[in-house]
Amino acid sequence: MSAAGVGSGGLDDEAGRRFLLQSIAELTRAVFGARACSIMRSDPATQELVFEAVVGEGAGTLVGQRISARTGLAGWALASEEPIAVSDVRRDPRFARDVAEDTGYVPTAISVYPLLHGERSIGVLNVLDQGASERVGLADMEVLGRIATHAAAVLALVEDARRADAGEDQFSRLQGRLNSASPRRRAAAADALDALRRLLED
Amino acid sequence: MTKPTLLAIAGAGHEYDPPVSSGPSDQELPAWSLDRETARDQVQPSVWPLGDAREWALSGSTGAGVRVCIVDSGVQADHPRVGGVAEAVVVSETDAGELTVTADHDGDAYGHGTACAAIIRGLAPDCRLHSVRVLGGELTGTGRMLLHGLRWAIDQHFEVINLSLSTTKSRFVPELHELSDRAYFRGSLVVASAHNMPVESFPWRFPAVLSVGSHAGHDHLEYYANPDPPVEFAAPGVDLELAWLDGGTIRATGNSFATPYMAGLAALVLAKHPGLRPFEVKTALRCASSNVRSAV
Repeated sequence: MSAAGVGSGGLDDEAGRRFLLQSIAELTRAVFGARACSIMRSDPATQELVFEAVVGEGAGTLVGQRISARTGLAGWALASEEPIAVSDVRRDPRFARDVAEDTGYVPTAISVYPLLHGERSIGVLNVLDQGASERVGLADMEVLGRIATHAAAVLALVEDARRADAGEDQFSRLQGRLNSASPRRRAAAADALDALRRLLED
Repeated sequence: MTKPTLLAIAGAGHEYDPPVSSGPSDQELPAWSLDRETARDQVQPSVWPLGDAREWALSGSTGAGVRVCIVDSGVQADHPRVGGVAEAVVVSETDAGELTVTADHDGDAYGHGTACAAIIRGLAPDCRLHSVRVLGGELTGTGRMLLHGLRWAIDQHFEVINLSLSTTKSRFVPELHELSDRAYFRGSLVVASAHNMPVESFPWRFPAVLSVGSHAGHDHLEYYANPDPPVEFAAPGVDLELAWLDGGTIRATGNSFATPYMAGLAALVLAKHPGLRPFEVKTALRCASSNVRSAV
């Protein structure tokens, strides 16, 4: 999927959020002439990484797929909060097998950057088979590091927006149930909310 | 000796004012003073480098007898380029939330620690490698595990500790600072990787450790003293052939891999000149670097 022409890039709905992340992946792929680029979000609850945006190889099938965050180069970048660039990743048989099973495409070269936001590692940026040179030089790492910083900031905003949506959903459901509740139950809910307010004030 | 010397600054209008002797007891001395009666003689174990510093610091050394600890993702001990490890332990968390250090039989979860071990082995073939695995288990609590593993390594008095890791979490900074200073005073040289991205991370920024970044060369003995710290040294870190999982190799890039070059070089210096303090090893490595020469 090309980022061009997809939504407004706003945070109000899921299409806009996807567009924002997809456009960063698109830009990264274009800058480095890469075969593919993806942004993955960390799900700490399941210790997995989730594809949020994919351009090039795997686009259209990988978004939403999950891989273990406890192994592999992506797992390393997420856990260590350090990037790693490998120029002949097929020589790592474990990596090649795992990636082939997970994504169907085994690159020759891969750069994986952690997405660091504040003091959290919230995902990774993958660049596969950059075209201009199989080697990743220090200048490339500098540029990729800055793109990863930008991607992390956007992913954090997307996560905040999703949490806000989830919170609004919960409040809406709660409000609906209170409206249909008996006066006795509404009074009990008011007491509970008052107790919560006092707790937070302390 | 349990207290460091307190010295007034000579010059600039200040006269050196030696501490007043308090007789056989040091109870009357201010805190952090040194009772001269208890200040034992210390013999500098070797003549400081004059002339060819690289010859003095490195030449002919194999790292024999020096204990080098790799705090990382574990080490695949039977990798042909590693040549065995003397000891491998892992930091893990009990159900009660306590961190423990136990024997590690699982090797390396990622390949990163193995790569570091092989680089050190390549430079210092006769050193004794030790592994502390702090990554490769649960993804939460990795900062705590790193600190616990580093503290354990310092308590074992390893002469060199390779830390190709850092943390961005500010809540760990005071303890990391304390640990870096503890290592420095106990005679353990912590060789720490500078982060590869423009973020604040630690402990490489602390002067008590030896910090390392990358240059693009491939000569194992080509390394530079950075005239503009906080990164103090630059060693090969770009497109290197590295030992990896399952006995294989890959080509990869990162400051992570420049760091064990400096750790290996430190082991060479210490094997030739046992007993040098961390600051002396730093100075010897600076004098022997590819871009520092004597003015005379």
